[in-house]
Parts: sequence; structure tokens; C-alpha cells
Amino acid sequence: MTMRTTLKRSYYQDSVALMGLARELRTGAGVREAAALMGTPANQTLMADAGLLTEEARAAGPNDLVIVVRADSAAEADTALARAELLLTARRTRVEAAGRRRPRTLDSAVRQLGGANLALISVPGAFAAAEARKALRRGLHVMLFSDNVTLGDEIALKRLAAERGLLLMGPDCGTAYLGGVPLGFANAVPRGRVGLVAASGTGLQQVVTLLAAAGEGVSQAVGVGGRDMSEPVGASMTLAALDALGADPATELIVVVGKPPARAVRAKVEERLHALGKPAVAAMLGREVAPGTSGALTTVATLEDAAAAAVAGRRGREWAPRAFSDPAAARHRVKAFRAARGPAGVAVRGLYAGGTLAYEALLILEPLLGAGSVGGNLGGHGGGSHRVLDLGADEFTVGRAHPMLDAALRIEEIASAAKEPDTAVLLVDVVLGHGAAPDPAGDIAPALEAARRHAQAHGRGLAVVASVVGTAADPQGLAAQTARLEAAGAWVLPSNAQAARAAACIAGEPRVAEALLSGDA
Amino acid sequence: MADYRDLFSRLGGELRVINLGLESFAETLEGLGVPVLHVQWTPPAGGDPERARLLSLLEDEDGV
Repeated sequence: MTMRTTLKRSYYQDSVALMGLARELRTGAGVREAAALMGTPANQTLMADAGLLTEEARAAGPNDLVIVVRADSAAEADTALARAELLLTARRTRVEAAGRRRPRTLDSAVRQLGGANLALISVPGAFAAAEARKALRRGLHVMLFSDNVTLGDEIALKRLAAERGLLLMGPDCGTAYLGGVPLGFANAVPRGRVGLVAASGTGLQQVVTLLAAAGEGVSQAVGVGGRDMSEPVGASMTLAALDALGADPATELIVVVGKPPARAVRAKVEERLHALGKPAVAAMLGREVAPGTSGALTTVATLEDAAAAAVAGRRGREWAPRAFSDPAAARHRVKAFRAARGPAGVAVRGLYAGGTLAYEALLILEPLLGAGSVGGNLGGHGGGSHRVLDLGADEFTVGRAHPMLDAALRIEEIASAAKEPDTAVLLVDVVLGHGAAPDPAGDIAPALEAARRHAQAHGRGLAVVASVVGTAADPQGLAAQTARLEAAGAWVLPSNAQAARAAACIAGEPRVAEALLSGDA
Repeated sequence: MADYRDLFSRLGGELRVINLGLESFAETLEGLGVPVLHVQWTPPAGGDPERARLLSLLEDEDGV
């Protein structure tokens, strides 16, 4: 086994580009492991953990690109590094061949692109606030995709934006649609009459894809960042977006997606929602939420219900929540999976890429499986047998890409959950759209197949229950991704909420399935 | 707080985007025919976050 390092001084590359490069290098003959990272202290720790921190890598600075390859032989390691060089050069040549002179600063970009009106910022968090401030000062709206921006910076940036009538979407804003343009991680959805305000990227994606499936489109969708409705931020961007959507002639109905606002800002948000003069739906996912209707405002408990209530509202129809869209098929599948699961299989293991989808699953599972029985990393009340993990949470993504881009961590978790003898159900989400991995279902399907085979070899049945957040127009294609999961033996449901309920029906006490699947529920 | 009621009419018919960070976002927008310019961004102050923060405060004082 040999390790070889290439160090390129002052050669900044973004994290997604480097992830793609490392992935390419790992496919090389004899290559056991490859890392392509900027030499920041955090990345050096990561390389040390992986046993890849060579002397050269240790000497790298934050703006130096480090490529380390571990291979069976020196020749194979050298070949991989030569390949890295070629790939990097090809990237550079492609840019130059397009005849583009790339600006190096925001200022020169503003000069070069006349009439710029939005800055999309996804630089590392420590540098993001400064770039956002510059953009706002130059009159640009900002979508701040970067995370790890301090609360103090967020408050200051939103104050600056509010003084100038500009949007500061974020920080940690994954998804938005402005004027029909999808920004960040966004599904291909039609334009339409529903305007949205969202404190959650994947929550927004679930709602707009279900709207699209029902034939409804999006007028505008403003992301506000997960902390906007906290007391210190005071919902400043939520209120601004509601004002804008209220006055927007293209928007006929408004949906708000997030977690319940802090007590101090709740009244302000509700007051504004009632004052809009347009029907509105609030999906504020939380334990204390009481669904119901008050005037023009409908409060719902799940993302699917938000889409269903919005569709009904647009069409002047009555609407009621339902557990499954096809109860007969659900009954049949639940019965088969329960019969196969074996006596030891009693636990749900939710392994999520989407943070809000994970949280929604937790909220659905808790009352069905028993208070205190669902653990995980989302502030679940329990350390019980069930578990929901948000694999995109900060503790999992330090120095590595988000699970919506890189399935490596989820593949590991699937394998380890399959080995636990009490696992009855693997519950997963697959998120499609611009920005997501090219084949997210294909990335995890072999691991899901292997998990089922492993369980089978040990005399127990393992159910894989999934939902796909996507549309037919997405680059990955909803039908193809669904088919890939089904080919791996997964039961694919039309929404995350239904998938979570299905998981509870399979793993829970018989009364859970009876309650959710009785009659036409 | 400024008035946001005219936000979407101010944004007008066309979004024109400056992209800093993940180049794949610019590539997506380009593919959709959205005017976008990708900045060849590199971390300022040699990649030292604290020095970069101080630098950006100085720039602000200059009114840049």
C-alpha cells in the first residue's frame, strides 16, 4: 500500500467540484481511498481520521488544494494523481474555451453582468456573511445557501436588507423560486398561483412537488432560513415575504412552511397571515400544532396536508387529511410485510437526507409508536427502539458533502441498521431536483438490496419504505427513480408522511395498522 | 423597514444572477437560460476567517 500526495498552492476549488474529483479518483485501478480537499484545519482533521494526512497535506494552507491517494502500488497511486491533474486541467480549459473571463470579485461581477439583481452565495460559512453584506450594499437580493453563519451576522444582514427593501434568504437557505427560476436545490415545477414562504428547503421541496403532481404551480417561493421565526430574528424575512406575496397579483394562495414560531413572533406572523386578504395554509411542523381553520387560514400537521389543503383551496373544494392515498394497496402491503418481518423485528430506522423530512417522520412516528420510543438526533423524546436520523445534520457533514449529494454515509448507516436484529423497517427519503445527485436512488439501491438480503439470510424479513421528493420534469425523473427503488424491493409511497405511517403500520403494535387502515382511512 | 409590497414587480421579468461558491449552481442556471455570472471566488486573507472578517469591516468603513 502506498500513499501519494499532490499539493497545489492557492488553487481554490468548491466542495462539490472536489467531491466529484475524489469520487472519480476512487474508481481508478488499485485505488483504495482518495481525498481532494482544501487544506483547512477542519479538512486536515478529517484526513487524519481517514489516515490520509501525509506530511505534505499537513503543510497545506486553507487555500491550497490537497489530493491524497492510497493505492495498492506506487504506480497506481501515481496514475491516479496524474488523472487528477488531467481532470483539473480539463475543468480549467473548459472554462477558458467558453471564452469567458471570470470575474474574481463580486464588484467586478456586478460591473460585468449588467442589471444583476440577485447574488447566490454558497461560499464556506466563515466568509459568507461578508459577501452577503457586500451584495446587499450593492442593491442585490441575496440567497445565502451557506450554513455556519452566526446568529449575530444573520440579524445584522436582515436588518440591512430590510432597510433597503431587499431579500436576504437564509442563511442555510436550500431552495427558492423567484420569477419561475429554481435556485439552489430545487425541483422542476411549473409556474402557477401558489406563493410560498419557507424556513426549510426540503420541506418546501416536498410541498411544491406534491403541488406539481396535483397540477398546481408556484408563483414565487421565498426561503427565509431555519432561524427566521426565532425570537432574536423576529421573523423579519417571513413578514417581508408575506407582504410581497400578499401584493403579488400572480399569487392567489399562500403557503408557509417551517417550525412553530417562537412565542414572541407567533402573533405577528398570524396577524400578518390573516391580514393578507388571500387564503393561506400554514404547515408549521411541531408537537403542539392543532390543525384547523380560522378565517382564511388553514393550519395543517404535515407537508402533504399543506399541498392538499392548498390544492383544495385553489379549487374551492372541501378537504380532509387522509392517512394513505390508496388504503387498499396499503392494507395489502402492510399485511405482507408484517407477516414477513419475524418476531424480533419491531423497530423503525429512519435514515434521512432531508432534515425537515426526518423531523416530519419523527412527529408522525411518536404518537403512533409510543411517546418516548423514538430516538435519534432530532430531539426525539426517547431513546427507545425506534430511531430517526437526519444525516444532513451538522455533526455528520463536517468536512464532507451533504447526503443529498454524497450517499456514502447513508450507505454505511443502511448496512449497520440492517445488522441490528430488531430492525423491521428502513425508512428513507430520496430527494431529486437541480443540485441533487444525478442518481440518488441508484446510489442507495444496492445498499438497500444488500440490507434485505442480509436480513433474509438471518431468517427475518426487512421492509424498505421510501418516498421520492421529485417531479417528472426533474433531471433524474420521478418515475425512473421510483422504479429503481422498487426494483431494490422498496415500497415507495407518494409522500414522506405516508411513508412514515406505513413504517409505523409495519413495525408497530397491530392497533396502529388497524387504526390507520380501517375503513376508508 | 422598507416596503416589500412591490418586491416582485421590482424584480421585474428577469432574474440576473451573480453566483459565488458552488459552480454547479451557475451551471444549472446557465442550462435553464438564466443570465448568470460565476465569480472565480477564492477565500480572502489567505483563507484565514478572522483576518477576512477584519478586512471586510475595513472595506465597509471605506464605504465600498
